[in-house]
Amino acid sequence: MRQRPLSPHIGVYKFGYTMATSIVHRATGIVLSVGLIALTYWLIAAASGPESYTSAVTVLAGGLGQFLIGGWLFAFSYHLLNGLRHLNWDLGRGLEKAEARGSATIVVVATLLLAGAFIYAAFFAGVPR
Amino acid sequence: MVQLRLPENSRINRNGKVHKAPDGTTNVRTFKVYRYDPDSGENPRVDTFEVDMDSCGPMVLDALIKIKNELDPSLTFRRSCREGICGSCAMNIEGMNTLACTKSCSDVKGDVKIYPLPHMPVVKDLVPDLTQFYAQYAAVKPWLQSRTPAPPDHERLQEPEEQEKIDRPSACILCACCSTSCPSYWWNGDRYLGPAALLAAYRWIIDSRDDATGERLDALEDPFRLYRCHTIMNCTEACPKDLNPAKAIAGIKRMMAEREHA
Repeated sequence: MRQRPLSPHIGVYKFGYTMATSIVHRATGIVLSVGLIALTYWLIAAASGPESYTSAVTVLAGGLGQFLIGGWLFAFSYHLLNGLRHLNWDLGRGLEKAEARGSATIVVVATLLLAGAFIYAAFFAGVPR
Repeated sequence: MVQLRLPENSRINRNGKVHKAPDGTTNVRTFKVYRYDPDSGENPRVDTFEVDMDSCGPMVLDALIKIKNELDPSLTFRRSCREGICGSCAMNIEGMNTLACTKSCSDVKGDVKIYPLPHMPVVKDLVPDLTQFYAQYAAVKPWLQSRTPAPPDHERLQEPEEQEKIDRPSACILCACCSTSCPSYWWNGDRYLGPAALLAAYRWIIDSRDDATGERLDALEDPFRLYRCHTIMNCTEACPKDLNPAKAIAGIKRMMAEREHA
């Protein structure tokens, strides 16, 4: 017998808030794992002496470095806030449809605010003296 | 395993047939329906049917029956009660799993796109093979397990509050809308039990008359059977009976944690 075909799935299913918040949580988790390499690089450079630290800061403060740091701040903000949403679910709260929809909106708005604050502090607030 | 692309034999070809509405029809609605004929040896296709809504009932199932009666008798789908209690006509309509009999055509914008339940082997057209889905339901032993003999002169009694807890989970009609909406079930449906089976498991775990709570939890203590649920919540959004499998699964996970740290 000919093997039965598999019905379409991700290609036809409505990409709603449920799938969006979930896949972005995973994606930001991966992005943060990669970001740990950069953090480690910075820490090792700091431990290795002033010269290597200067060169590391030059790389990280460059255009690409700043772009990546901005991205990591976004990823961190989302992953943190949506992680709290998951924690709340694991406590058995907020699992009704209306609550889950509401918390999704809150997470997105709060991510923009928190990431905005981080990026302001990182790039525009200046170094405290 | 995550496999985003459909296998070779499952990709939709472009040989879809178009059934035009007769001239002079004013209130036309277009239905795009997934078709697969196991006897043809061809890949699935999507047929287009223009339906005269002036002589058609309001629900998507009414349109499908009209198409079968008047345009193409070979169109194959399951249906029975036409009032949302049998669960036979579960399918994917405009991207969401639901029952064709309770989905109003007027709630759909533009063309009405109809596919079988997602990521399932297709027997024909809109009929998926649910063998595994039923086997997973059976695997959670969805019946009362009691160590004590029933009282000789009356039923096993419950407090009204105890009954209320199982009221909603018992209302599941096993239509498979939830399980086949779940990406975790798509990728790991061979090992993850899926929302419908887990909702059934929860219904018996919390039943005050059931004595097998420990064994039931033991059977679910597994990285795949239960813990492939990542609280995506597609199941709860899809359920045509407005039940909440995601909340039930979260409840099971919490009971697991609580007995571990009791």
